[in-house]
Amino acid sequence: MSTVTGVSAADQTPGPDGRRPLQADTASTGRMGDRLFGGAATVSGVLVIVLVTLIAIFLIVQAVPALMDNSANFFTSRVWAPGGEQPAFGILEFLWTTVTASTIAMVLSVPVGVAVALFLTQYAPSWMRRPAAGLVDLLAAVPSIVYGLWGLIAFAPVFKPVQSFIQDKLGWFPLFAPTGISGGTICFIGVVLAIMVLPIVTALSREVFDQTPTAHKEGALALGATQWEMIRTAVLPFGRPGVISASMLALGRALGETIAVTFLVSALADGNPWSWSLFNGGETFASKIANNASEFSNPNKTGAYIAAGLVLFVLTFVVNSIARVVIERRKAFTE
Amino acid sequence: MSVSRISALGAIALSGALALSACASENTGATPGAGSTAAGSTAAGSTAAGDCFSGDLKAEGSSAQKNAIDEAIKAYQTACADANIDYQPTGSGAGIKQFIAKQVDFAGSDSALKTEPKDGKIEADDAKAACGTEAWNLPMVTGPIAIAYNVKGVDKLVLNAEVAAKIFDGKITTWNDPAIAALNKGVTLPATPIKVFFRSDESGTTENFTKYLKAAAPDAWSYETGKKWTGKGEGKEKSAGVATATKGQDGGITYVELSYAQQNQLPMAQIDTGSGPVELTAESAGKTIATAKQTGMGNNLALKIDYATKEAGAYPIVLVTYEIVCSKYADAETGKKVKSFLKTFASDEVQKGLEAKGYAPLPTEVATKVQAAVDAIS
Repeated sequence: MSTVTGVSAADQTPGPDGRRPLQADTASTGRMGDRLFGGAATVSGVLVIVLVTLIAIFLIVQAVPALMDNSANFFTSRVWAPGGEQPAFGILEFLWTTVTASTIAMVLSVPVGVAVALFLTQYAPSWMRRPAAGLVDLLAAVPSIVYGLWGLIAFAPVFKPVQSFIQDKLGWFPLFAPTGISGGTICFIGVVLAIMVLPIVTALSREVFDQTPTAHKEGALALGATQWEMIRTAVLPFGRPGVISASMLALGRALGETIAVTFLVSALADGNPWSWSLFNGGETFASKIANNASEFSNPNKTGAYIAAGLVLFVLTFVVNSIARVVIERRKAFTE
Repeated sequence: MSVSRISALGAIALSGALALSACASENTGATPGAGSTAAGSTAAGSTAAGDCFSGDLKAEGSSAQKNAIDEAIKAYQTACADANIDYQPTGSGAGIKQFIAKQVDFAGSDSALKTEPKDGKIEADDAKAACGTEAWNLPMVTGPIAIAYNVKGVDKLVLNAEVAAKIFDGKITTWNDPAIAALNKGVTLPATPIKVFFRSDESGTTENFTKYLKAAAPDAWSYETGKKWTGKGEGKEKSAGVATATKGQDGGITYVELSYAQQNQLPMAQIDTGSGPVELTAESAGKTIATAKQTGMGNNLALKIDYATKEAGAYPIVLVTYEIVCSKYADAETGKKVKSFLKTFASDEVQKGLEAKGYAPLPTEVATKVQAAVDAIS
């Protein structure tokens, strides 16, 4: 039940002779079990690194020839016509849709997710905590196709009037400008993604908040803090790295979500004028690739889609790296 | 304690091995003929199909003919219980690719093998090289494409190619446009805005529909024809996506295979080709196929559909899907299997049965030729 993000006292106290604590002399007894387990763990660790490297190499090797032939600017073009004599493709539109939809998802899901986690750990009566936590975990296990179907059949009709209302009232603001798209807008995708990643944020944050040392909490309360002040001064700072980790995991899922998005999204016709509106359609990287996978008729065309996949790969990598840096810096400030 | 640990490790190892072996068996199955049993046609007897085979037959391709080929497989397996026929609806492009790579025994495609270079390759030549003999296009399933719409209070709608082209190009934007009204005298059309839904994936349906618009209304439809949609509107995934979207949107219109329009209970527009409005039926679609010109030689039955046909009672927007086969298979056993199955597929009973699935049976003239060509496969 312990998450790695909590900081224990032992981690902080330097051991004798400047050695890191609890390390002893790397602590191996040289017995069979010790060596087996150590070896297995090392192999697994190396395996992951090798896998990621191989995937990156595969993407680059497949993408480069197509990129060389590309007659449009890969990053700023909105055309997508790979293959053929004069391949021209750019990812601007996918990048915009993917990032915007994921951002909406995070803006909606992180505050709510953290609030749910706080409720479950700090406010809820104890008889309720376990079953409620179980329910949240259950939500995390729902396959994404189910969210897609639910979004299409049940949620879209409910959301449509909301969308029209915002477009009517706030249409003067570029982000809410009315467009001709009826159902699967970026905004709608973002909301469905938010519901989808909410349980991830909640489940992980709950675990971390649960680890808050009772001494901290009681200390805060003893100093006269109210429940909210106690949460603000003891629980939240303690859980912050965990919440960031949870958000990044959720963001990763939102960026890469395929089936549900493919189901719901409204693609734009060629030559559609550019719009900043959240109520425009568009395709994400993942949905574009999935939707067209059956027509990868030649290596050059395939390469173009793989190049788009590579961008998604790099994007996820960058986001995760930023998260790592943030967590590392936070760690230094806790306690 | 340690026992349970070891057993847990064992379970992991076992499941890993199972997963790997599953992959492996799939691979061997993919090689034509390799997965088949040597038993061959020992079970040949007095069945409806004539000569049964036992073992595997693999095919892949167009999703438009998925329901049709499923019917044919069902019919074949009722007679020949030992035959195992697998059709993967991965798309025409993928099917042809797999056929050329010799991963499947025959391919299903929405268009005949191309004889001009496309992306630096000539499909027909590649297929010929893969077979060692000429590859044939056999038209097997006719899929009429419906212009399905959803407008409150309008159950009957007549369009012609020009008006349809303008609607799908975003030039006509409301349902009470005078151009539509002129074709629908006596029908009260609302001022609802028109919402066009198109296929966001590359599709043979899009290709055939745009070919129709281009051929029948060259002035109104100036775009290239192709698998990728070039008009206006809002893209949805696959046939099911556009049909559902149209169903859920007042004022929606889309082009979709007949079966999807029927299943979603969407009304379908009648097409006025110049000799009066034609309703979409199996018969009216078949009429267009019967007037199509054969472009292949001999048993290669690639057809050129005359989308601009003015023949009375012919519904012009149809899609013909082909089975792409080798005229002579390197492995005689595979040739026998393909021949035996396609014989059932082209038979009158199976073709008739397709009507219930939203397809049109091949008209007699074409069916006779296809049956003759199937007989010539070896």
